[in-house]
Amino acid sequence: MDEKPPKPSSEHTHAGPALTPQGVPADSWVNTHDPDVIALGPEMAIAEGDVPFSDEDEFVRGSSLWRDAWRRLLKNKLAIFGLVVVVVITVASILGPPLIHKTLGFTPDYIPTNDVKLTKSFPPFTGPDGKFSWSHPMGTDNAGRDQLARVLQGGQISLFVGVISTLVSLLIGVSYGAIAGYIGGRLDNLMMRLVDVLYSLPYVILVIVLLSMFRSQTPRGQLVLLFVALGSVSWLTMARIVRGQVLSIKNQEFVLAARATGVSTFRIIFRHIVPNTLGPVIVYATLTIPQVMLTEAFLSFLGFGVQAPLASWGSLASDGAQNIAIFPWQMIFPGVTMALTLFSLNFLGDGLRDALDPQMRTD
Amino acid sequence: MTSSNGHLLDVKDLRTYFETEDGVVKAVDGISFSLVRGETLGIVGESGSGKSVTNLSIIRLIPDPPGKIVSGEIVFNGQDILLLPTEEVRKIRGRRIAMIFQDPMTSLNPFLKISRQLMEMTQLHLGHSKGQAYEHAIKMLEMVGIPDARTRVDNYPHEFSGGMRQRVMIAMALSCEPELLIADEPTTALDVTIQAQILELIKKLKQETGTSVILITHDLGVVAGMTDHVIVMYAGKVFEQARTTELFARPGNPYTKGLLRSVPDPTSEQGNLYQIPGSPPDVAHLKPGCPFAPRCDRVQEICRREFPPFVALTADHHSLCHFADEEFAESRSQ
Repeated sequence: MDEKPPKPSSEHTHAGPALTPQGVPADSWVNTHDPDVIALGPEMAIAEGDVPFSDEDEFVRGSSLWRDAWRRLLKNKLAIFGLVVVVVITVASILGPPLIHKTLGFTPDYIPTNDVKLTKSFPPFTGPDGKFSWSHPMGTDNAGRDQLARVLQGGQISLFVGVISTLVSLLIGVSYGAIAGYIGGRLDNLMMRLVDVLYSLPYVILVIVLLSMFRSQTPRGQLVLLFVALGSVSWLTMARIVRGQVLSIKNQEFVLAARATGVSTFRIIFRHIVPNTLGPVIVYATLTIPQVMLTEAFLSFLGFGVQAPLASWGSLASDGAQNIAIFPWQMIFPGVTMALTLFSLNFLGDGLRDALDPQMRTD
Repeated sequence: MTSSNGHLLDVKDLRTYFETEDGVVKAVDGISFSLVRGETLGIVGESGSGKSVTNLSIIRLIPDPPGKIVSGEIVFNGQDILLLPTEEVRKIRGRRIAMIFQDPMTSLNPFLKISRQLMEMTQLHLGHSKGQAYEHAIKMLEMVGIPDARTRVDNYPHEFSGGMRQRVMIAMALSCEPELLIADEPTTALDVTIQAQILELIKKLKQETGTSVILITHDLGVVAGMTDHVIVMYAGKVFEQARTTELFARPGNPYTKGLLRSVPDPTSEQGNLYQIPGSPPDVAHLKPGCPFAPRCDRVQEICRREFPPFVALTADHHSLCHFADEEFAESRSQ
């Protein structure tokens, strides 16, 4: 009974030549041109001349776990495309509205009052006079508000909702899953059954009920409610993923070693175990963002989400959908922007998964 | 703090059982031994004989459930560890009793820098500040012979080879100057040249710091070179205990003799290496009588029927065998 069962080898031994992304010349992963690897190699050789080759081999591979992942990510064109698009859209959403305000003089919710044709929505690149104009590249909405400014501001809110809800799900999901997995036994059972119960509730309906029960008077209050509602359901899968990871990690010897040094349970969970679950957690978090954004758009589309004058891609698309036959640009621009962002985030998430956990590659 | 008899550790009638679907596994079943302050105690035995469980019991790290320390006393410095609240035991772990594990490849956290793992110990137990702990970590790495410690301290475990990692483990274990160091097969996972280095290191550090050591191993060569006292375990019981020189010169137990005969002897011309026939018993289903009886070469009727007595051969030499006296006499005459 005193022999421990064979343990799965540690993270680092996984990253080997066999896992080189396909289509890449076999020797390129060695990266003999990398200055760091060269700088460290001879030092090792001097320090321990009798190190068997396999050890040194592992050293070269191991020293660049994150760099290896980054390198693999760089080779994934789709993921890099996704990353670039996400960055561009994020930056544009943050800087766009103030920039437009500065240069063109209107805010996303600016309604021109001096215009006689108030209810007319202008097509893209058209001024109030019906001639070509740079001032509204995406046209205007029914009230004459600039569509580009609104899409960018909607992007702010959509991305914000996605990121914050994902952070909430990270915070709750990771702690919950880690505690359940590490403590185990009856507590684990209890905690995971609760997750099962919450899982079995149709969560869109749950969110709708939450939002309509606590309907807020102000648009900002409504936004906060949206965070709470989305965050409170999106942590369930995260908790399960983390618990599964923790279950496999907690039996590794370094956890026993940490316990043998008198480290408290809390510290073992959050300093020794949780960092080791980071790979899958990052991947899942990246995939949660588009999921949450889509849910937000869906809720806003139904009228439960973001309220005017604030806008999100969902609420913009919802407004546009009502006029799709007459003013298609009201629907197309927010819709396309959102679709592009969601695609990009998913590509990025998939790319990260392949980069961080090469064994899960399916192609 | 020392108890009156000069013993750092007294284990009395320790029983650690595991509840399994297959029945109760008596991994450790009524063992007793003492460790004199400053000495090294070797625990030898085959896989599954209860060596590691014994030592996990000492720092109360038996996974519960399914494991449970059913009875016994573990008196460390006059205090029974089994009676202490968990919080107090945690203060002993690492601070006063430290442990080194078998596989240095898996016993360091792959995600934390060496510095953080070393610093954690002293910050926790000695109340070091970050800076103090960092300097102490470097000092410890230098002490265990890691070249260029100041830069290496910020490396991750995978940037070290197996032998170097075991050095790091030793540095970690000794960083709070524990009174007792438990080394659970510290060299099993290492290749032979590194083994020798690590053992030398433990020996040297033991002399420098005055730490007492419990060395678990199945390598009798290691026992001969390192320990003052040996206990031989089999099926959760102590089969023989004696001073190391005495045990090697005059073993009083057929099992110990079998172990000694199984050590490869390069000078011997005979091709076949001796091995004890059979395999260790299933400790969940022990029959009455001596657990070693089915494999023993001098087995008699009584061995299968009655559990053997723990015979005192000399004041400091005990053997669990019906024929301990005869065995002892035979070894002396040889």
